[in-house]
Amino acid sequence: MLEVKDLHVHYGAIHAIKGISFHVGEGEIVSLIGANGAGKTTTLQAMSGLKKISGGFVAFMGNDLAKIKPEKILRLGMAHVPEGRRIFSRMSVQENLEMSAYIVKSKEQVQEEFKHVLELFPRLGERLKQRAGTLSGGEQQMLAISRALMSRPKMILMDEPSMGLSPILVKEIFRIVAQCKKDGMTILLVEQNASIALSISDRAYVLETGRIALEGNSSELMGNVEVKKAYLGG
Amino acid sequence: MVLLQQVISGLSIGSVYALVALGYTMVYGIVQLINFAHGDIIMVGSYAVFFAINQLGAPFWLAILASMLFCAAIGVLMEKVAYKPLRNPPSRRALAFAAGLIAFMLLLMFVISIAIALMAALCVCVAALFLTKRIGWSPKGGAPRISALITAIGVSLFLQNIFMLAFSPDPKPFPSVMEGTLKYGGRYSISYGALATMAISVGLMAALSIFISRTKMGRAMRAVSEDAGAAVLMGVNVNSTISATFAIGSALAAVGGALYSASYPQIDPFMGSQFGLKAFIAAVLGGIGVVPGAMLGGFAMGVAESLTKAVDSRWSDAVVFLILIIVLLFKPSGVLGKNTKEKV
Repeated sequence: MLEVKDLHVHYGAIHAIKGISFHVGEGEIVSLIGANGAGKTTTLQAMSGLKKISGGFVAFMGNDLAKIKPEKILRLGMAHVPEGRRIFSRMSVQENLEMSAYIVKSKEQVQEEFKHVLELFPRLGERLKQRAGTLSGGEQQMLAISRALMSRPKMILMDEPSMGLSPILVKEIFRIVAQCKKDGMTILLVEQNASIALSISDRAYVLETGRIALEGNSSELMGNVEVKKAYLGG
Repeated sequence: MVLLQQVISGLSIGSVYALVALGYTMVYGIVQLINFAHGDIIMVGSYAVFFAINQLGAPFWLAILASMLFCAAIGVLMEKVAYKPLRNPPSRRALAFAAGLIAFMLLLMFVISIAIALMAALCVCVAALFLTKRIGWSPKGGAPRISALITAIGVSLFLQNIFMLAFSPDPKPFPSVMEGTLKYGGRYSISYGALATMAISVGLMAALSIFISRTKMGRAMRAVSEDAGAAVLMGVNVNSTISATFAIGSALAAVGGALYSASYPQIDPFMGSQFGLKAFIAAVLGGIGVVPGAMLGGFAMGVAESLTKAVDSRWSDAVVFLILIIVLLFKPSGVLGKNTKEKV
């Protein structure tokens, strides 16, 4: 579904991503794990057009993403839940969700997806009229995920959904991630919390300073000595 | 009763300030640019109305509509030509085209034949394309905000001087369009012009509020002004949203210009700078970037000015600025402004 070949990304003179290749198959959950500054977020941003690709090739369902305007990428079916949630804090919860109406033309579909995400996150239903900025961190993360689900994407990029959340909320969020997979969605997950990422994903890539250091099935990586030492705390 | 009369006339001029202030505040909200050329759109709009009435014999309402469309187009053009290239790097082709265009205009001043100028400009174009390729020049975007600000001042001067060249710097009498007064109680009167000004402005502001809160484009504007990157992830086309903001702001300024000129019936190429400055102050007073703030600021300024004029007209500007200074001393972000912390 997603095919990345020899991807390079620069921040000015800094060479952040130094030629990585990976792929995500349909229906898979693939995680990118790695330390701070390894380039995980940058990789996701290059997928969704927030960051310009300076070399290499990214294909999503046969489309060369370098040739597609960033705002069109969601229309192809790839949604991005960005790092730090980036919900529209001055809008109400409902307005945040209804942003999807910008690309989804049918009102019925907007209504349908609206119901669907409220089933996934009943707590948002109680807060529809509230300003999104007043939500708690966990609720904001739920809103960010719901907002991405509203356009019924085929693939979803998730950047650190566990960041700053209590263990209970992390569990809750990852229950939803698993649910999305069950519903047939493909997921590319970026996480610092390697153990939870490996436990939920099918395959994983380990990023180290802009390069892929390791790759493999998540269960294998979980047993890998180096991964254990570097990311799983023992 | 004199007081009431002054308040009404203050609300009337204040509603015009508010209309113009909205353009400043909306543009600032979405691209963090203080568009100094916005004031000159008032002037452009007034001239457009002037010509539609005097040359084409259009009725006032039709002239205003035409002027709104014209100014919206000018606003979008201004953003595309002057401001957008500072945010997004221009392509090599756009750069070469600009070089060619400048060459063409310069040559027209010295060479009589258009054909020769055109051919020379074409050569400049091709040379620029070739050179940039040869030296491996690559476009760089994201100019500092100060560049955009200075560009805005440049656009303002450009508009003033173009109009001065085209229509001479002499003031022109604006046709009287809203005459008559409403009398009440035998002794007091309010001009129909003041009432109509208020009605039109308040109506437009209500329409704008509904547009921003209810429509898809309005929501996209709020999304872009809060977080342009996140808006892109929602499928919002940031550039067309910015263009729409410029178009709406400029159309409102066109109405503001027409209403202002109807009550102070004289237009000249520099009328926009003084009026624009006051509208800008109104926007800052209310909190720049906040739409209701611009409305509040406009009305507050109009009333303060008008009440001061009742005592001594020479003090009106001083009092307005004094209010601004006092407000900024106690609440630097303006009356309704958000207390934003600069990220470091």
